[in-house]
Amino acid sequence: MMRVFWAELSRDLLLAFRHKGDFLNPLIFFLMVAVLFPLGVSPAADFLAQIAPGVLWVSALLATLLSLDNLFKSDFDDGTLEQLLLSPESTYMIALAKACAHWITTGLPLALMAPLLAVMLFLPTQAIATLVISLLIGTATLSLLGAIASALTVGLKKGGVLISLLVIPLYIPVLIFGASAVQSAVDGLPVTAYLAILGAMFALSLVLAPFAIAASLRVSVSS
Amino acid sequence: MLVQCQPLKEIYCTGWGVAAPLLEVKDLYCERDDKVLFENLSFQLQQGQILHLGGSNGSGKTSLLRILCGLYHDFEGQIEYFGLRLADELENYHSSLLYFGHQVSVKLGLTALENLTWYARIQPQLDPSLISKALSEVGLEGYEQVLCQNLSAGQRRRVNLARLYMQKSSAIGHSLWILDEPFTAIDKQGVQELEQHISAFAASGGTVILTTHQQLALSSKIQRLNLDDWGTK
Amino acid sequence: MNMLKKQLMPKWFYQMASPKWCYKITGQLLPIFGCAALGLLLLGTVWALLFAPPDYQQGNSFRIIYIHVPSAILAQSIYITMALAGAVGIIWKMKIADMVAYACAPIGASMAFVALITGAIWGKPTWGSWWVWDARLTSMLILLFLYFGVMALYAAMGKPSKAARATAILSLVGLVNIPIIKYSVEWWNTLHQPATFTLTEKPAMPVEMWLPLLVMLIGFYCFFATSMMLRLRTEILSREKRTAWVKELVTKSSVR
Repeated sequence: MMRVFWAELSRDLLLAFRHKGDFLNPLIFFLMVAVLFPLGVSPAADFLAQIAPGVLWVSALLATLLSLDNLFKSDFDDGTLEQLLLSPESTYMIALAKACAHWITTGLPLALMAPLLAVMLFLPTQAIATLVISLLIGTATLSLLGAIASALTVGLKKGGVLISLLVIPLYIPVLIFGASAVQSAVDGLPVTAYLAILGAMFALSLVLAPFAIAASLRVSVSS
Repeated sequence: MLVQCQPLKEIYCTGWGVAAPLLEVKDLYCERDDKVLFENLSFQLQQGQILHLGGSNGSGKTSLLRILCGLYHDFEGQIEYFGLRLADELENYHSSLLYFGHQVSVKLGLTALENLTWYARIQPQLDPSLISKALSEVGLEGYEQVLCQNLSAGQRRRVNLARLYMQKSSAIGHSLWILDEPFTAIDKQGVQELEQHISAFAASGGTVILTTHQQLALSSKIQRLNLDDWGTK
Repeated sequence: MNMLKKQLMPKWFYQMASPKWCYKITGQLLPIFGCAALGLLLLGTVWALLFAPPDYQQGNSFRIIYIHVPSAILAQSIYITMALAGAVGIIWKMKIADMVAYACAPIGASMAFVALITGAIWGKPTWGSWWVWDARLTSMLILLFLYFGVMALYAAMGKPSKAARATAILSLVGLVNIPIIKYSVEWWNTLHQPATFTLTEKPAMPVEMWLPLLVMLIGFYCFFATSMMLRLRTEILSREKRTAWVKELVTKSSVR
């Protein structure tokens, strides 16, 4: 069972490594969206510091959203997706591996780049560690939930906007707790409770989402 | 459920002489866009047989093949695998099935070797130690490390077809190849070799369903089914 | 597996799977629910608007709860119905369940919409603004988004059978998420907002106030049943249009 997980994960990571746009584009998008806020709202340091937790989290969420379209698309187009579904190995593990590869190529770099943007948006330094940790856990949940929507829309010609429509309501709890964790770190309050809830949401989606992803892929391939 | 099925299968496959067919299709009905592709379609496929599926474009060949793979569920009727409902046996079935669809089914960003290594990992009926032999059988010796995006269309299809040469010989009697237009973009020489390989596979007990618009030189035990006869015009 | 499942469920369950039987039985149920809906809604409205006592704090503007609360409750229970029907459709491959789920979505969405609009109208005299980020209103808005997602996905998928399975998966995922969304929004709301009196939680509503509310609620449920069955029957006819019994039904105009 783990063999198929590693086979799929290593293949996807190798492909992402060879085709660097896949994980560079969301990063650049993250940077650009975060830059829009000072330009569009106000560059005043104290104001930016106040909205920084929300802005960073919303930008990371949008960057993840942007990358979802490609998650299963190329596999669907070249026919390797149906070969995956014809594997006698567990589709749960395959779905998990795909979501995991997506997180490593988008969520992880986003979380690691976040401190840079935090500095640009004057986020108080004591909140940066919380920002990175909350993004690390939160984006993993976003990848798992997003993979469901991506799997549902992969067979459609115009799936892009539809994915956002399906997935944004599901992302709201993660956003609320992620941004709140950073906010309370800014205020100097304890953050463990928020991180624990983020972790609980991650655990729940880790267990359940691969079933939904696998079922959705079966539906999408059957046309 | 599995515990219950296993002995049944043993009976059918080995003992008693009443071999249940590898696949049995009963009263299959499928429509697409309000057009009936086929109805009351019934046939059996014995081990070691080759079934050539014919029919004009749009007659439902690909749909039927995808139904038989368990990829497409929008049909009525029954399909049995060694006398058991296919839908309940998918895991066993998929571990002896090789399917070739319309798409090229290789990753262009990976080399031929990497593609086949991946296949051997997700499809345990393939033997990874046969990869280099399989690649030379399909005429791709020396191309192992070339990214598939740099190969020609025919060569890409050959990478996928190399899977046919990696079939583990251990459970060949249960194996089924479903080949949808396997000869597309393959040159004359290649088609000939492939045909020989397919009939050798059938001769050793393997079962094949294929569609092609080419004239086949294959002679042994070939069964034909024309889907034009089973639908409404 | 399937044999097992078959023995587990009572006979009517499988009868219901037949579109013809379902069409017949809903034809019989329809007038009952239709009359009940009409009667109850009429009774409830008159009672609520004319006879129920005004609220000691909000005066007469509170009367909008007689529309707001039932529609909000309906929006949630219709979502649950839709997701469960979708699950039945997936597990037992029952076409009728797929059609029920399909019939539910727009009704549920309009209920959520009505709840939001009435909430906004109520908010103007009470809070002084059309929209307040109240926890209940916000989670109702998100519920409306979930409905939008389901409907958009259904519309984007071509084939009904495929669309039904896809939307069933999505609505089940949504069903798991609804309590999480509700909890997180409520929690978020208490963090950002000073506590204010909400639309529905008033200190112990007197009987004269909640009895008409109950009547309205049951009326709304009957209304939902009626409109769902109407949509279901249309859907049955259009999907089964090639079968003999539908052709017979359509050609014989005497059959109701």
